[in-house]
Amino acid sequence: MKIKYNLDKSTLHVYFIGELDECTASKTREIIDGLISDINGIKKVVFNLSELTFMDSTGIGVFIGRYKKFKSKNIAVFVENPSKTVDKILQISGLYKIMPAV
Amino acid sequence: MKNKFKINFSSISENEAFARNVVASFILPLNPTLSEISDVKTAVSEAVTNAIVHGYPDSVGEIELTAELDGFDLHIEIKDDGVGIDDLKKALEPFYSTKFESERSGMGFTIMKTFMDDVSVSSKKNGGTVVKLSKKIIDENAR
Repeated sequence: MKIKYNLDKSTLHVYFIGELDECTASKTREIIDGLISDINGIKKVVFNLSELTFMDSTGIGVFIGRYKKFKSKNIAVFVENPSKTVDKILQISGLYKIMPAV
Repeated sequence: MKNKFKINFSSISENEAFARNVVASFILPLNPTLSEISDVKTAVSEAVTNAIVHGYPDSVGEIELTAELDGFDLHIEIKDDGVGIDDLKKALEPFYSTKFESERSGMGFTIMKTFMDDVSVSSKKNGGTVVKLSKKIIDENAR
């Protein structure tokens, strides 16, 4: 799993590249949480999933965990461009209710 | 066509990708759609992750993965000799997890049920867990 990002004013775009499972989850958490604590003034985070080639329920846990962390800092989270299968997982788990699609 | 394989591997998280990719390669001769491949990979990943995280929480054990093809019927079995599931009824409920503190979603079995035609689980305290997953793969050329 690789994470790329860019900052557009107060919006942080985070690009997930690769596979998100139990094996890659802790590194992914660490990188994203590091970005949030290193960059000041973020109001909105957009998770771009167009290059997330695989995700299972461990990924849901990672997303819910980030949502809770960001919420405590008043940062809103959105997702964009999931694959068909990832989209199905996000729907079943109700994740779109807390992280709307953009 | 009848076909079968059986492998054993260590319960380390690096083997999650290995296990789901082995099953994906195994069903390729049936010309599955991309979405069928993803469905099967996701379900296998859930079961294998459960065996690693919950079956062997404090040790590295062995996981046995068997897959059988009978025509277009795929049957997969993921077996561990770990600690077993305390409350199977609860474990099968959506959003139930014994490990919320480590950001687990409790959606593993729900996802397996969504992506496969049939899911069954048997478990015994300190006697391991067996997860059986079945799905009919439909030949792309037959559509």
